[in-house]
Amino acid sequence: MNTLFNGYTPWSGYDEMFAPDGAVRPCCEPLHQVFEGLTQKEFEERKAASDMYFLRQGITFNVYHDEKGTERIFPFDPVPRVLTAAEWEHLEAGLTQRIIALNLFLHDIYHDQHILNDGTIPRMYVDEAKNFREAFCGVDVPKDIYIHICGSDLVRGGDGNFYVLEDNGRCPSGASYLLENRNALKRAFPALFETSDVRPLDAYPRELLNMLRFISPVREGEPVCVLLTPGCHNSAYFEHCYLAREMGIPIVEGRDLVVVDQFVFMRTTKGLQRVDVIYRRIDDDFIDPVVFRKDSMLGVPGLMSAYRAGNVALANAVGTGVADDKVMYTFVPKMIEYYLGQDPILPNVETYLASEEKDLSYILDHLPELVVKAANESGGYGMLMGPSATKKQIEEFRAKLIEDPRNYIAQPVVSLSQSPTWTGDEMSGRHVDLRPYIIYGEDVKIVPGGLTRVALTKGSLVVNSSQGGGSKDTWVLRS
Amino acid sequence: MLSRVANTLYWMVRYVERADNLARLIDVNEQLLLDWERLDSERLRDFWMPIVWSAGDDALYSELYGSGHSADVIRFLTDDRRNPNSIVSCLIQARENARTVRDQLSDELWEELNSIYLFLNSSNAEKMLRDDPPRFYGTIRRSVFTFQGIAAATIDRGMGWDFMDLGRHLERADKTTRFLDISTFLPPSAPTLMHWNAIVRSCGAMGVYRSLHAGNVEPRKVVELLIFSRTFPRSVRYCMTRVEHCLHSISGTLMGDYSDNAERATGQIMGQLNYGVVEEFLNAGLHEALDGLQTQFNLIGESVFESYVLMPHVIDTSLPSNHSAATMRAWKYQQEQEQQ
Repeated sequence: MNTLFNGYTPWSGYDEMFAPDGAVRPCCEPLHQVFEGLTQKEFEERKAASDMYFLRQGITFNVYHDEKGTERIFPFDPVPRVLTAAEWEHLEAGLTQRIIALNLFLHDIYHDQHILNDGTIPRMYVDEAKNFREAFCGVDVPKDIYIHICGSDLVRGGDGNFYVLEDNGRCPSGASYLLENRNALKRAFPALFETSDVRPLDAYPRELLNMLRFISPVREGEPVCVLLTPGCHNSAYFEHCYLAREMGIPIVEGRDLVVVDQFVFMRTTKGLQRVDVIYRRIDDDFIDPVVFRKDSMLGVPGLMSAYRAGNVALANAVGTGVADDKVMYTFVPKMIEYYLGQDPILPNVETYLASEEKDLSYILDHLPELVVKAANESGGYGMLMGPSATKKQIEEFRAKLIEDPRNYIAQPVVSLSQSPTWTGDEMSGRHVDLRPYIIYGEDVKIVPGGLTRVALTKGSLVVNSSQGGGSKDTWVLRS
Repeated sequence: MLSRVANTLYWMVRYVERADNLARLIDVNEQLLLDWERLDSERLRDFWMPIVWSAGDDALYSELYGSGHSADVIRFLTDDRRNPNSIVSCLIQARENARTVRDQLSDELWEELNSIYLFLNSSNAEKMLRDDPPRFYGTIRRSVFTFQGIAAATIDRGMGWDFMDLGRHLERADKTTRFLDISTFLPPSAPTLMHWNAIVRSCGAMGVYRSLHAGNVEPRKVVELLIFSRTFPRSVRYCMTRVEHCLHSISGTLMGDYSDNAERATGQIMGQLNYGVVEEFLNAGLHEALDGLQTQFNLIGESVFESYVLMPHVIDTSLPSNHSAATMRAWKYQQEQEQQ
């Protein structure tokens, strides 16, 4: 019989479902069997049903710089990516260690700056960082937490080990996809869940709300928490609505809020109502036109004065961008040693800083082998994939590197692991990464798994949704 | 409830209601013109333009089409996205409104509005409108009915509902007066009986009319039904009773008293409709009377906005409104900021 995985060739690197000898990894056996029991027609019908689910629910994103303003669904691949209990335990420990160190670092550089004063991290990297908010030096933030929600991008290399590729500590997005992928897969392929013991994800909105309440400056009564969105034209707007609704808190735009005497209020049909905690999904730059960008139409004038006065809590705090830029990333292992006296549990990918002369000459000599990234860009923009780049692109980046070395880093190409993915007519290996969402409130909480993003183009290593990426459900097995 | 959310729910429902009314009107008009003698495009247009005039969109129409053909008028009213009041534009705006208050709506309600939106953007819709217009308009009307039904079955009867119900009935009352007003703009040669038949059908009132009156449809009796009926759900009086109820439920002000201009204007209309008679109403001429009502409706809409959204008595900063196209583009562009 012709089955779905007939003709699937495991990759020479790390395949998430198959061992190098072609055998199905034990953790994937039950789900492999379920898929093998389906005809291609049955599989395709169910996949179509899951696509329809996303479309009807309006789980779409807007592609920027697209004149027609079309909304697209984020392609969903029904073959889940599986992590064993042991793998997850390791990741959980590593991510917890990392977010604690990042927060200690942020507290330090916005207060006494020990790590800079003693030269562990060269001062210029902080002083020149685009997202360092000097104006907030000396300001205490509620519960001393800066990054409340972190989305760290992990990759599995050819050796089977996980590496941290970057930390997203400003406005990480994608958590709604993590939850909706699970919903869609349960609807379309319920049988998958009958034979595997998969840990549920539904705690995420609850944990998020617990964290928001924990950081509230108000002690008595139930704190009023809101989610602040840039507006419905943002690519993550669906997610903002989704999370607000799951948490049961209002979703507000800047124009819904007003600051009176250093307190924040929202305009309601019954007058003004005090707001205690803001889960903001809007950049520092736009959050308050009085302090940051004057032309911002999305912000709340005076919000920073209320924040400084300690009358409102923000998640994430202002100025966290300094810790997640791609240059500071290289220092995270040092931070872990410095603040915690521990060895990093999760390693970084080897990184060259263009601002270091020695590194720069190495980078310039090896451009066709490296990935070059702009320090402050995300979404797969401002990036050079050396091995697949044209001569012209390489020369363009060479000029940029020489002109503005502080803004660039380079890494060897990591051969991301592959996972079997439906291409429309067959199962074929595609590169994947993993973004777990770490919540830091009273404790550190990580929902088991994360968003597995998949590069749908054969051979491509770029998984971003804006660059033709899709996603998968991520399973963490109970045992 | 957030003021912006209240405002958005109100407009979402108004747009849905507007699309529905237009779909009925066009459908009925097309059906009736089929019964009439063969008309050339020029004369046919005379029977379509009154719909544009009564909606007050004639300036935009001439700008886009000049004088045009009857087919142009139908396009303009149905799926021309440059006309903000076309059926398709209304449903796109309703869906856009729904999208921004998605957290307030039941999944089913959102899905219905999203489905009709996806349909309108499909090649299927274009083909259906070309090959089988009654089916196209029928699809829209059925979807709107489903929307209303889901809303009635799933939305909590709190303040959000009051704002939705307010929007629905204010729009419905306004549209009923505009349907009636079409007679003002018809060419003198137009067959009166056919026209009044069309109005009654557009309001879905033929059954009710027949149960009240035997024989031919008479203008006076139509006006009586559509303006003064206490029980017919599209009559102005019925709609305004709902509007009054919603306004008082939102503000908490006792009936008979008022806390803002919306309640005052509604009370005045109610007095006129509860205790007036059709002859009195027609004294100054039908068009003038309808125009008077429409002015009051606008005033009510503006006052609701001022009381619950702008709130000038609470805060002196106003929401951005009437922005230029450039400002709107900049606003949209800023929203497109990175989410990591």
